[in-house]
Amino acid sequence: MDIPYTVQPREDTGLYNAKVGIWLFLASEVMLFGALFSSYILLRVGTPEGYWPRGWLNVPVGTVNTLVLITSSITTVMAWASCKMNQFGRFKVFHACTLVLAMMFVCIKSYEYHDKFTHYEITLKDGRIADGHIRENDPKADKVVVSGRYVQDRKELYDLEVHKGHHQHEEISIPRSQIEKMERYGPWHNTYLAIYFTLTGLHALHVIGGAVVIGFLWGPGSKLWETDPERFTNRVEVSGLFWHFVDLVWIFLFPVLYLI
Amino acid sequence: MTEQDHAHFAQHVRHYLYIFYALLFGTLITVGASYIPFGNHAFNIAVALFIACSKAFLVAGYFMHLISERKMIYGLLAFTAFFFLGLVVLTVCSFADFPRMTVTH
Amino acid sequence: MQATTEVLPHAAPHEAHHEDAGFWRTYVFSIDHKVIGIQYGITALCFLLFGFFLMMIMRWQIAHPGDAVPLLGPLLATIFGNIAAKGIVSPDLYNAFGAMHGTIMVFLAIVPLAFAAFGNYVVPLQIGAPDMAFPRINMASYQAYVIGGIIMFVSFFVPGGPAQAGWTSYSPLATSIDTDGQTFWIIGMVFLITSSLLGSVNFIATIIQLRAPGMTWMRLPFFVWAQFVTAFLLLLAFPPLEAAAVMQLMDKVAHTSFFLPTGLAIGGNLAHVSGGGSPLLWQHLFWFLAHPEVYVLILPAMGIVAEIIANNTRKPLWGYRSLVYSALTIGFLSFIVWAHHMYLTGMGVRIATFFQTTTMIISIPSVIVLTCMFISLWGGSIRFNTPMLFVMAFLPMFGIGGLTGLPLGLSYSDIHLHDTYYVIAHFHYIVAPGTIFALFAGVYYWFPKMTGRMMNEFWGRVHFWLSLIFMNLIFQPMFAQGMAGMLRRMADGGVNYSQAKMEGAIGGLSAGMLNLHTYILWAAVGLALAQIPFIINLFWSIKNGQPAASDNPWEATTLEWQTPTPPPHGNFRKPPRVYRGPYEYSVPGHTRDFTPQNEPD
Repeated sequence: MDIPYTVQPREDTGLYNAKVGIWLFLASEVMLFGALFSSYILLRVGTPEGYWPRGWLNVPVGTVNTLVLITSSITTVMAWASCKMNQFGRFKVFHACTLVLAMMFVCIKSYEYHDKFTHYEITLKDGRIADGHIRENDPKADKVVVSGRYVQDRKELYDLEVHKGHHQHEEISIPRSQIEKMERYGPWHNTYLAIYFTLTGLHALHVIGGAVVIGFLWGPGSKLWETDPERFTNRVEVSGLFWHFVDLVWIFLFPVLYLI
Repeated sequence: MTEQDHAHFAQHVRHYLYIFYALLFGTLITVGASYIPFGNHAFNIAVALFIACSKAFLVAGYFMHLISERKMIYGLLAFTAFFFLGLVVLTVCSFADFPRMTVTH
Repeated sequence: MQATTEVLPHAAPHEAHHEDAGFWRTYVFSIDHKVIGIQYGITALCFLLFGFFLMMIMRWQIAHPGDAVPLLGPLLATIFGNIAAKGIVSPDLYNAFGAMHGTIMVFLAIVPLAFAAFGNYVVPLQIGAPDMAFPRINMASYQAYVIGGIIMFVSFFVPGGPAQAGWTSYSPLATSIDTDGQTFWIIGMVFLITSSLLGSVNFIATIIQLRAPGMTWMRLPFFVWAQFVTAFLLLLAFPPLEAAAVMQLMDKVAHTSFFLPTGLAIGGNLAHVSGGGSPLLWQHLFWFLAHPEVYVLILPAMGIVAEIIANNTRKPLWGYRSLVYSALTIGFLSFIVWAHHMYLTGMGVRIATFFQTTTMIISIPSVIVLTCMFISLWGGSIRFNTPMLFVMAFLPMFGIGGLTGLPLGLSYSDIHLHDTYYVIAHFHYIVAPGTIFALFAGVYYWFPKMTGRMMNEFWGRVHFWLSLIFMNLIFQPMFAQGMAGMLRRMADGGVNYSQAKMEGAIGGLSAGMLNLHTYILWAAVGLALAQIPFIINLFWSIKNGQPAASDNPWEATTLEWQTPTPPPHGNFRKPPRVYRGPYEYSVPGHTRDFTPQNEPD
């Protein structure tokens, strides 16, 4: 006996099996990202006033990434609609766009991560703090060069919105002998970066996973269109639902991490 | 596919494009609103979240077809939303409510 | 006697009408829910035994602190090095075994056995489906479970030993212990959580979509309802723990401070972390899962108990609707009670009262379920076979376990009892003579459907009586010890807090309380020996057990008994048609005292 309702919907629920399955899975994903968002809320609320970073992320870059994902969402739904309208060629075009946009998103995200990983906070022995992007960090050299600024109090590093455009970036050369502590802007640097990297990292893994599935359906998996187009269309729909969810998460991630 | 189905989908496609434009617009005003200095920062947060929820509603409702989905899916999502809210609200309340005075004799 | 069913004629287990699938495809990489169910069952039973041995070594240390473990001492010393020097269980080793005993019992033994093993085998059969909705995802979920289990097992052998911060893995201790075992634990948990998520999606989709024609929601056997609710608990409660596990992993490996507070000092030295995190956050996220998890541990057991009671009283379950609504209510409420595990974290009175209220409310549907089962016995024509003995013992044992939870759920009394042996006694009563008894009953009950043979009835009774006696001898004294103030997780069994050591101090543990440890140890040995007849019986009866009188030797009404033995691939040739409810026993006017669900009017 074959498993029923893999393609035809069951009468009383009106759904086919994979659709029930994907929505169940998405419900669990809501709880997963929800727990991370609630962690964000608690960590931020628990931080003393003025010590939660603001303005540390590049808004125009994040906006571009948001538009990239939104566009990939429309191409995804159009790819499914093309299948429904029996236009396999257009399906291929739309999902090719989806895949390109997914790669763009990951590339831009990698650029943002790189930007953070080359950003250092250096505490000098005399109490000053230098902060900026690393220009020279040759282990054999006895100095380190950053493009940034000096601050007296660490607190000045946190709320960058207040000082928008006020600080100039200059080339600062620091002898290694004067360095007390040198730490880059990784997830260990503070809890804001920790939750930023965790949230966006997990999201990026979902982008990659979704792209792999869509890539499979676009490539080797598309053979199913010839033998069972309805079943294939259902797979496109189900993977599309996952992709839209990934977009949904970013719709919340972007303002929460970049804007507020 | 029949002619009717085709026309039906062509109409859907037009709707998808309108939603797309709305999402683009929403993104731009979200960014714009973040630069407006309302007196209270909490208001900025509220505006940002409101716009985010609206965009989410559009994506979920139209791209994910939730607006015309079955009751079973609505039921599942309603429970999920309730438990998610429970997690957030109860945890925040637990952090907020702690003894602030000691008992002294 | 068989009802008219649309089933294939008797087929050998590995016979297929497509080409022969081969050994690997049939027994290892199978997508058949029955094979996967048995795979889960055997793996879980192995972990159950292993977890038991861990506990026995701990109980030796508690009863004879500082003495080398007999027989196994040299082996421990070889494997663990200096934390088991000379075969003595050091505090570090004790903590390691304690953490792994809890983890293995909950996540590697009970849940896979109760939910995945019995659920996978029985649920598709009981709803009249050919298999689970997503057979390949089913196989993937078993494989993720095995990988998680291997990672957990391997963690015993890494330098520094396995996880040592309890099954609860509280931060900052969990990330400050200098062992990779903690990292292995977290990664193992991620695989186990993934396995559970895949499984729960499968169960829910299957029960919603693949019920046979005529199998309406209110004709489902209660076992299916129990598994349905359990699957929802796993689906929605596990992800926050997965998120927390990722964050704790980041704390350990990437040196973040999600759960590490500012100013954290370890061993007197300021930790080199950014700080700003919250240890309480871990607790909230952990218990958000771990409380629904305990209902995951009990609900399938209640389902098994219900099936066996109906079958062996030859009458319908009393209060089927109440049982269903109670199970749904338990599932729903279980999400909003979790902080009753955190009463002593400095919570304020208002929020503590909220959680206390919901905790008290959730005891109501639990009592309803138990009451319905008790009343179901009334007026029944009871057959006292081995499954029924286990199930009847379940009822008072679960009653004790449940009732002793009430002083723990009330925040005021919990101040005294929190983290004492009382808690250990409470939850072990529910899981050990509770859930595990139901699972034993399930093994004896469904064994004839899997193998076509009955397990030996005499040795089944021996297994039952000895297990019942020894389980009670182990856990009953712990209530007293807990009320006397004996705390959990003390590697020396409380000797440091004895009245002898604390001259003149109030609240020291009496010699009597400490001496109970010795009796508990002997009872644990007895319990271990009592499992030997079961293990032998299980394997011996596969080939040598008394052949079952028919495909339906218990004369049951539910659909899994209306298939050939064992059920072939696809279970039914075409979907069975269901005409009646699940417990039509002793229906007036019918010739037999049971009427299968698929028998037409």
